[in-house]
Amino acid sequence: MTIQFNDETFRGDYSFKNSDWAIQRFPFPFHEDSYMYSVNMEQHRGGPKGSIYEKRFDVDEHYLAEMRDRAMVLDDDPLRCQSLPHMTLAGWDLLELIMVSKSEDYPDLFELHRNGDQWRWINKPMGIDDSFTFLDAATLPYGPMEYITRQAQGDFAVLDQRDDNLWMDAGMITTQADWSLDFDIGMNFFEWHAPVPLAHEKGIFVRALKFLLNIQQGAPARRLNWTMTVNPLLDTSPENYHKWGVQKTEITPENIGSKQHLRVELQTFFRLPRSNALVFPIRCYLCNFQDLMSMPKWGRRLHRVIRDLPEELATYKGFIDNRPMMLDYLEKFDDGLPTSPGIWPEFETEPPLQK
Amino acid sequence: MSKFEFPKSILSRPVWGTLEPRRGLHHLMIADAEGAEAILDVATPEMMESAHIIFIPKGTDYAKRLRALNPAQFYDGPSYAASVTRIQRVLLGAKMSTQVYLSGTESLMGQAMLECTNAGIPHTAIQTEHRGSTARRMQCVHCKGFTEDVAIDPFVCSHCGLNLFVRDHYSRRYAAYQGVCVDAEDPGNVPPSKGIYP
Ligand code: HEM
Repeated sequence: MTIQFNDETFRGDYSFKNSDWAIQRFPFPFHEDSYMYSVNMEQHRGGPKGSIYEKRFDVDEHYLAEMRDRAMVLDDDPLRCQSLPHMTLAGWDLLELIMVSKSEDYPDLFELHRNGDQWRWINKPMGIDDSFTFLDAATLPYGPMEYITRQAQGDFAVLDQRDDNLWMDAGMITTQADWSLDFDIGMNFFEWHAPVPLAHEKGIFVRALKFLLNIQQGAPARRLNWTMTVNPLLDTSPENYHKWGVQKTEITPENIGSKQHLRVELQTFFRLPRSNALVFPIRCYLCNFQDLMSMPKWGRRLHRVIRDLPEELATYKGFIDNRPMMLDYLEKFDDGLPTSPGIWPEFETEPPLQK
Repeated sequence: MSKFEFPKSILSRPVWGTLEPRRGLHHLMIADAEGAEAILDVATPEMMESAHIIFIPKGTDYAKRLRALNPAQFYDGPSYAASVTRIQRVLLGAKMSTQVYLSGTESLMGQAMLECTNAGIPHTAIQTEHRGSTARRMQCVHCKGFTEDVAIDPFVCSHCGLNLFVRDHYSRRYAAYQGVCVDAEDPGNVPPSKGIYP
């Protein structure tokens, strides 16, 4: 199908919205009625047709608006995209991975023509047609990582692998859930995860790192993570927290359905061939409460998850103060009926709300 | 002199050790303020024959006692910032057989450590020991400016003036802890400052 790209904003008037298609394929992150951190990783080998798992790099109706937002963030703060000097080769690996994947998975939108090291890349939605020499940075308007991630939705952390650890040595981070690339760059897996509560004690990061170190080329993996964001704001950075933090207090019982968004990250992991680095794309999907409630299963489940979430997690994710108001809203969509297992909405088979 | 026991913290926070004499052809010792005591404790006459001590007194009067150790080279600097090009120059000439000793405030050790790793000194050749003030070098996550000697939480960023709370999240690349706006969600409501450690 051809995608209709939305003309929308993630700031100011916040005109972002999800079509019915986007709501149906939203990656609801809860496969059961409760949530706790776990080593929730699986192979990234496609998924149901039309789902966000189907392609290696999902492209959706928000593509152009997200790329415009990224360009604005970078104009304001170039430190959101950084690459330590030894990471340039990994940047080329990433450029190749994205160009090859997108041109194969979306041939109507992207084309890659290769003749030895002479490459031509056509990005139709963004109106880009560039010819360059692979591995020669002087032939591109930006470094390779920056060039390609200005054309790909989601954040990208590029990890160097050495000393049995992963090091965050490069990244394009403009849609982050409140962490700073500029501060974390150069840290290892345990250091950048240091602020996360409970998970270290449960041994989750030790096991997760072991899994990641063994990821092979051509066998990517994935997981979902989630948090809450008021307004469809992509740039919830610590850098700008003194500007956006106050929006969290602008939630009222009247506007919570449209303003409060569940923010879900589809995180994938790919081994890169030349550099042996690991790339960690973090793709952010936003959906407001009222759109989520159009799926009876999600309504029932979200209420139960938020109600029973440990206080440490609600605090870390930054919504502890708003939780009571969220529950007042969500409770109306929970009639106590059981829910089917799995993340998919099962709209056809799940009983309608009995309230 | 009793040493401060830092409370258990998150994994990005550095852990400091205790200096001990090591064998080496050269000994580079960098200290500020009470950090001098750790050097006085570890120094031996053989070590001093090939030692270079870089000391920033920060208002203390340890310099005389350090000089009396008779190190091969002694430098008494007015501030860390003033001494940093000298440190870089010394590290440039440092041999594989150089042992590094850092002592004093976290700010000094963190910044000097960074110079050492940038110069390729293996971490196994670097020892640290905290002495004296527990004040921190803080980076404002908003304006990126550094504020030195922060002992209270929250504090005012010396660059942009925002009221920041003190996190334990630490960046070795910046040798600093992270400061984040404390009243973003309720502008003007700044809790009274307390010491970072109870
Ligand atoms: C190598 C790729 C990864 C990168 C670059 C990465 C990066 C991050 C960052 C920057 C944070 C925010 C920490 C903060 O508060 O400052 C975070 C949070 C977290 N990460 Fe990772 N991570 C990676 C892989 C994983 C894996 C494989 C797991 C598997 C369990 C995991 C579990 C978590 C959890 C549970 C949180 C807390 C999230 C929340 O509650 O919202 N991460 N990660």
